[in-house]
Amino acid sequence: MKSYWWKILGLLLLLYSIIMGLLGPVPALPIVHETIRNVYFHVPMWFTMFTLYVISVVCSVKYLSSGNPKDDIIAVESVNVGIIFCAFGLISGMLWANFTWGDPWPNDPQLNGSAIATLMYLAYLVLRNALEEEQKRARISAIYNIFAFPIMIVLMYILPKTTDSLHPGAGGNSGFGEFDLDGMMKVVLYPASLGWILVGIWIMTLRFRIRKLEYQNDTAAS
Amino acid sequence: MKKAILSLLLVISGLMCSFAQSNNGVEMATGLRSSGKIYVVVLVLVVLFLGLAIYLFTIDSKIKRLENQNKK
Repeated sequence: MKSYWWKILGLLLLLYSIIMGLLGPVPALPIVHETIRNVYFHVPMWFTMFTLYVISVVCSVKYLSSGNPKDDIIAVESVNVGIIFCAFGLISGMLWANFTWGDPWPNDPQLNGSAIATLMYLAYLVLRNALEEEQKRARISAIYNIFAFPIMIVLMYILPKTTDSLHPGAGGNSGFGEFDLDGMMKVVLYPASLGWILVGIWIMTLRFRIRKLEYQNDTAAS
Repeated sequence: MKKAILSLLLVISGLMCSFAQSNNGVEMATGLRSSGKIYVVVLVLVVLFLGLAIYLFTIDSKIKRLENQNKK
């Protein structure tokens, strides 16, 4: 029970976000109308992806100093689950954009940046599969991961903010906080983000534990 | 077998028709039917989500069992 509390907390936060996200009050805005509620589900995907990538890069750094294969497994499984959340974010964003911006993929810098960042992380997984020797694979992919992480931040969070983007908070657009004056959306968005982050980490630990079992079985067999 | 399935389908469609007729023109004021029936969507999402949550927990316990087996 002791180790389960944060999993239950994550699920309860998500349950709250589903109920309050659909029934709670939202600002009435032109064009987006009720789809403003997508903020509660689309944005946490990216927060979760970002958290998982942070865990991954921290574990990659740890691996380079410790050489412990456990750190390497956490790094790769974080990227695996992070890419899933990135795909969810892209798909939900494309659906939303189709009905509010009129195009699933308007050449928005934020969209293109996140697409390139996704390809970079897919390349990380391909790189891992291309190398056979275990220690070499772990070390080279850890270094690649450490380089990919700052580029991902620049592509997704810095460059889009400096140019004109359809996303809030970029170019001449108002940021999220400007139309959410009384904070009625924050009370759902922040718990929803925390809930998704906790559940994302949970899924990552599940994959990590399976991978560890496989690793133990492999080393025991050989 | 075929006959049984066919008769079952007939019974189901008959039941659905009778329900549809009895509902005609009757506005129920229960909570689940108010406000554009959005509560039904909320309910469906909550049920789906709870199912997924329980599924995650069963996977978690299954891995735990494997880990305990491996330790021995």
